[in-house]
Amino acid sequence: MAYTKRFDGRKFDEVREMEAKVGIIKRANGSAMFRTGKTIAIAAVYGPRELFPAFLQDPKKGKLKCLYDLLSFSVTERKRPGPSRRSTEISMVTRDCLEPVLDLTKFAYTGLDVYIYITQADAGTRAAGINAASLALADAGIPMKDLISSIAVGKVSDKIVVDLDKEEEDHKDGATDLPIAMSVRTGKLTLLQMDGNMNQTEIKKALEMGKKACEQIKEVQVKALQAKYGGAGK
Amino acid sequence: MAKILVKERNVVVPGQELADGMDYLPSEGAFREGEKIFSSKLGLFNLDGRLIKVIPLGGKYIPKKNDTVIGRVTDVSPKIWRIDIGWAFDVVVPLREGSRDFIPNDADLTKYYDIGDLVVAKIINVLSPKIVDASMKLPGCRKLGVGRVIKVESSRVPRIIGKQGSMITLIKDATGCNITVGQNGLIWISGEDSKKERLAEEAIRKIEAEAHSEGLTDKINNFLKESK
Repeated sequence: MAYTKRFDGRKFDEVREMEAKVGIIKRANGSAMFRTGKTIAIAAVYGPRELFPAFLQDPKKGKLKCLYDLLSFSVTERKRPGPSRRSTEISMVTRDCLEPVLDLTKFAYTGLDVYIYITQADAGTRAAGINAASLALADAGIPMKDLISSIAVGKVSDKIVVDLDKEEEDHKDGATDLPIAMSVRTGKLTLLQMDGNMNQTEIKKALEMGKKACEQIKEVQVKALQAKYGGAGK
Repeated sequence: MAKILVKERNVVVPGQELADGMDYLPSEGAFREGEKIFSSKLGLFNLDGRLIKVIPLGGKYIPKKNDTVIGRVTDVSPKIWRIDIGWAFDVVVPLREGSRDFIPNDADLTKYYDIGDLVVAKIINVLSPKIVDASMKLPGCRKLGVGRVIKVESSRVPRIIGKQGSMITLIKDATGCNITVGQNGLIWISGEDSKKERLAEEAIRKIEAEAHSEGLTDKINNFLKESK
């Protein structure tokens, strides 16, 4: 059976309702929350601070460390707390996708810690985590070439869709998940993963839709950053 | 023709286009890519002649040469003091920079500043983030006595001091407190009684919260008059 209408009534290229807030954690140097639909991610940035173990210290530039994790109550079946194979991998791809826009040359020998926690999961958690982390880094005053915006596109049954939720990911005809992250200003992708099957034309179409969605996400991000200081100004 | 795309004192975000054309130069918080100038920080847009600058609104204090800072002595070795100023690494005050008075080579340095003492020091050299030297020889540098220390966002310090120290003088005159502001965001307040110290602290907190708004001097002036 073909997928003709989305479960929650959205258009195929429509993203879920988004919300972003900056500066939610007082003791952190920078922090942010990002929500798409029922997925909520919070991120906190600490540093630049002394990096341990000391042999990791780089005399040329600062080191970015990311930690992504689902909180135990964020999913329907309790998630065992602590790192897992999945969270370690997502921490790694998050770091790699944020690093290209960061300029850490002035923070030699130091470490920058980014903690991302998912308080509520309904698919697209890594994308929400990256969006929150990017906002938190900007809030922490780290020099960046651009914000990173991220979204999961994919294929449900036979349709290319944007911003899958959990129900769609578990579609009985199978679903493909393709999370992307990009710098909207330069149009360059910094994250591209795929879980499932898609052919070349489908991927191209999905990327086009994803890029459009990222532009919308960036608008939300920019507004959230400006809102912390009372809007863009006169 | 070069043009500026943002108005003065507007909030800009990383990656936002600030100017188009080669007539302007990127300064702190901005960078050039091709013909365009972009912001690299979250901050306030500032145009100074041909220089485009973004004044950061948040973030950790980064030591700069000639900054006066307040810190706590964390370690005393035979030839140096180490001071924690809130940066990733402690700054070093060598023996020869320890005091205006002569310190003999074999002196017991804890007699001057002991572990846990609060001091005002001036940063004289930043070689790398890890190697930062400070001096206690310069005017204003001393061990701090009785008083209270509050911590504010280091990015708000210029606003707390004001133009040529106008804002801090206002608070000093109104409360009669001695106030020393460190560029790293630590502020030492010492007054006749705790009531006056608390008023000074409240005024400083008010500036910190509204640092990005205009007409702040008048607001603080009114606030201090009302509280009297």
